[in-house]
Amino acid sequence: MNQLTQLHGLLPILPELVLAGGAMLMLLVGVSVHQSERSSSIVNGWCVGVLALAALVVVLMPAGRYAVFEGSFVVDDYARFLKLLALAGSGGALMLSLSWLTLEKQQRFEYGVLFLLSTLGMMMLISAADLIALYLGLELMSLPLYVVAASHRDNVRSSEAGLKYFVLGALSSGMLLYGASLIYGFTGTINFAGIAKATGHGASIGLIFGLVFLFVGFCFKISAVPFHMWTPDVYEGAPTPVTAFFAAAPKVAGIAIFVRATVMAFPGITHEWQQIVVFVSIASMVLGAFAAIGQRNIKRLMAYSSIGHMGFALVGLAAGTPEGVQGVLVYMTIYVAMTLGTFAVILSMRRDGALVENISDLAGLARTHPTMAFFLAMLLFSLAGIPPLAGFFAKFYVFLAAIKAGLYILAVIGVITSVVGAYYYLAIVKIMYFDEPVSGFQRMPGSLRLVLGVSGLLVMLFFAYPAPIVDAATVAAKSLF
Amino acid sequence: MNWPILSVVTFLPLLGALFICLVRGNDNLAKGTARWVAMWTTLVTFAISLVLVVRFDPTTADFQFVEKHPWLGIASYQMGVDGISLPFVILTTALMPICILASWTSIQKRVKEYMIAFLVLETLMVGTFAALDLVLFYLFFEGGLIPMFLIIGVWGGQRRVYASFKFFLYTLLGSVLMLLAIMAMYWDAGTTDIPALMRHGFPLGLQKWAWLAFFASFAVKMPMWPVHTWLPDAHVEAPTAGSVILAAILLKMGGYGFLRFSLPMFPAASHDFAPLIFTLSVVAIIYTSLVALMQEDVKKLIAYSSVAHMGFVTMGIFAATTQGVAGGIFQMISHGIVSAALFLCVGVVYDRMHTREIAAYGGLVNRMPLYAFVFMVFTLANVGLPGTSGFVGEFLSLIGTFKNNVAVASIATFGVILSAAYALWLYRKMIFGTLKPSLEGIKDLGWREALIFAPLVVLTILFGVAPKPVLDMSAASVAQLLDNYQHALAAAKTAALMAQ
Repeated sequence: MNQLTQLHGLLPILPELVLAGGAMLMLLVGVSVHQSERSSSIVNGWCVGVLALAALVVVLMPAGRYAVFEGSFVVDDYARFLKLLALAGSGGALMLSLSWLTLEKQQRFEYGVLFLLSTLGMMMLISAADLIALYLGLELMSLPLYVVAASHRDNVRSSEAGLKYFVLGALSSGMLLYGASLIYGFTGTINFAGIAKATGHGASIGLIFGLVFLFVGFCFKISAVPFHMWTPDVYEGAPTPVTAFFAAAPKVAGIAIFVRATVMAFPGITHEWQQIVVFVSIASMVLGAFAAIGQRNIKRLMAYSSIGHMGFALVGLAAGTPEGVQGVLVYMTIYVAMTLGTFAVILSMRRDGALVENISDLAGLARTHPTMAFFLAMLLFSLAGIPPLAGFFAKFYVFLAAIKAGLYILAVIGVITSVVGAYYYLAIVKIMYFDEPVSGFQRMPGSLRLVLGVSGLLVMLFFAYPAPIVDAATVAAKSLF
Repeated sequence: MNWPILSVVTFLPLLGALFICLVRGNDNLAKGTARWVAMWTTLVTFAISLVLVVRFDPTTADFQFVEKHPWLGIASYQMGVDGISLPFVILTTALMPICILASWTSIQKRVKEYMIAFLVLETLMVGTFAALDLVLFYLFFEGGLIPMFLIIGVWGGQRRVYASFKFFLYTLLGSVLMLLAIMAMYWDAGTTDIPALMRHGFPLGLQKWAWLAFFASFAVKMPMWPVHTWLPDAHVEAPTAGSVILAAILLKMGGYGFLRFSLPMFPAASHDFAPLIFTLSVVAIIYTSLVALMQEDVKKLIAYSSVAHMGFVTMGIFAATTQGVAGGIFQMISHGIVSAALFLCVGVVYDRMHTREIAAYGGLVNRMPLYAFVFMVFTLANVGLPGTSGFVGEFLSLIGTFKNNVAVASIATFGVILSAAYALWLYRKMIFGTLKPSLEGIKDLGWREALIFAPLVVLTILFGVAPKPVLDMSAASVAQLLDNYQHALAAAKTAALMAQ
């Protein structure tokens, strides 16, 4: 009887248990069967299934707010929304990896297992409600990332990317931990609700310092300016499907904890953190827009693009209202879809058995691969935020919240940088549609077609029926306040 | 009888575009299919839009054929037309078959994509005029950039890349500020429903900022001096049908926006900023007419003349008199027909000689008498000769402005003279004089070209002689618009006095 209640008490972490159990099972299967390309590819395929199963558990979980482990792990509508999104991002990125691993003869079962473990870290991060859980989740998410970044062992750039990411990541973790210890020191608690109570009537200078260090750690994880320097190099050096993973899933978890920690722990000192978020947001949007213009490599371009997009998402956080959080959630959903779709195309830029990464390699794609070009063009227009594509609605909701919060300067700078950003997305469309074709690419593998098709249709048809995502985001945002 | 006729007119072209997507192959058969599907889609759309005219009740200023469905939560899918928007809807649907016909032989590469782009563009243009929700309006308004960008960039001339980027970024920059204003309006009024926003009185501070933001968007679209510089580039590089749509419909979105949003929603700001509009309009009329005089490229000349003619429109609208507003609307419709026809005229000789340089032509009347006649009709309409549609619009907007501001109207009148100067000069250079040796073999209009021009010639003269049907259609809406405008101004004045 006692055991049964305990099991019931663990029900809120069932998705995490599925992931953890699945990862260990896959590890066991991987080492016990005969090592071959084929068996590894089957294990990696099953890992997608584990992610799907975890997503199913999240969907089936009864509604409501649960707190377990003395309140350090919270499952609410906000967590459910973002967990689904993180699982979708990881699953999509793993789908993108399957054909790449086979074609590059890199098929290893550890790859999928590392994805699962990193995703588990993201799920913990999304639910974290105190500083210890936060740090645990963050590290569990990051350590596998360092490894997969360097997973292309014979490639110097991949190893360099892994090392660079690890060193800088460790530094940022240290800063975050230092900030957490300052916050603990000045409030006497690690629990978000407790911190909120302690900072209800203003904050001491020491606590502000702690807040700043904490934010440094978050900004590093979501690659917001001025802690973005690692992004272009790691994006370019890491194997392309890993880059897709970096661009999609950890960003979701990073933004999730950024928003949760800020909204739940520091509602009393909004004025203090708001200026930081506004600055980071403006700096990210401006840098993302201008630095991307000169890029020749499409992965580097996507790196700067993602920096800019994080800036836009932070506009919603800067508002600090339920509308703002709703904007962030809608933004991240659409961002994940656009990113995965774009990387599906980048991964099919394969000529003579090797991936090509220059933007100029896309020349005349509209004639050699009309459907692929059309989908990519729609994704790019969406990334630029042109209606009626989904990217427009993403920007719409965050700016709507910013206007309500009276952040007019932020909104004006934001929309102007979106026009600057439109330039380089248009430049890719121009290369695909206006320029003369070079030789075509190899046939697109089925899994990439699936990811491109789903994300492309989502981006194109979002306007026709936006209610499910928008309503779910509204409910999720309300559960934080 | 309650079928959603406006939605059908709006989305039928999209359906046609989807159908063309299904056509496989790239041979002549596929090209032919794409052309015919586009042709029939636009024709059927036009036919259905005529049902709107027949069933339209011109005695009321209310929105008609209204459809409303929940959509975004904060915004709803709401469509409807009144006397101000209906003429633009018809203009759009009427010009589309002509554009398709004009591209029949001149577009030979990537025909399927071309037709798809045009059909998608039609959906977005009709939607812009029929939307009764601000967010929905913005969606259609901005969405039009994508197909137009591709039309200029893929099927355009030498400097198409530069022109398409300039067009896209210029218009986008203007519009994003409007988007922020839309959001601010939503938080003030709690809705994006256009009829409700017209009744909602915005505080003066918000009115001014929002007016400026909308102005940024519509002034670029219109285009008004000094943000008109994208237009000559876009016109010159676009394919003929692209120029036609640009001049006839896309430019009208600016004027329509002023009428639909600026004037009714921000009356006090419109009144305060009217001198700014007058100044820019007069500069546009005089300055761009002078610039047009100096052009060596036919399309550029017509493009600059468009800017000048749009100056009359903005001047008339912000004069806020019955004649001024009615004249502005009429001028836009008339310019939609006349400038479309002029660009088609240029297309005719461009298809034969592949040059747009004025100096390359001369004495065309010797080889192309029919063409010379058609060109003459539209040149005279462009000048504003009585008996053509161009006269009615210019005359009304000048009268309307005269009631309000004599100086502005007087200066603008000189623009009429200047327009005669450049238009007649162009006509003399191209049509009269000695026949250039290179033009010896040039052929007169074929039956397809004659078919394109016939309705335009008829309409130009018909609207010139009997403008009443068009004016009647919008009369009730215009009257109500100005009525509300005057009331709002009076209320604002009283409020200011009370505050003192």
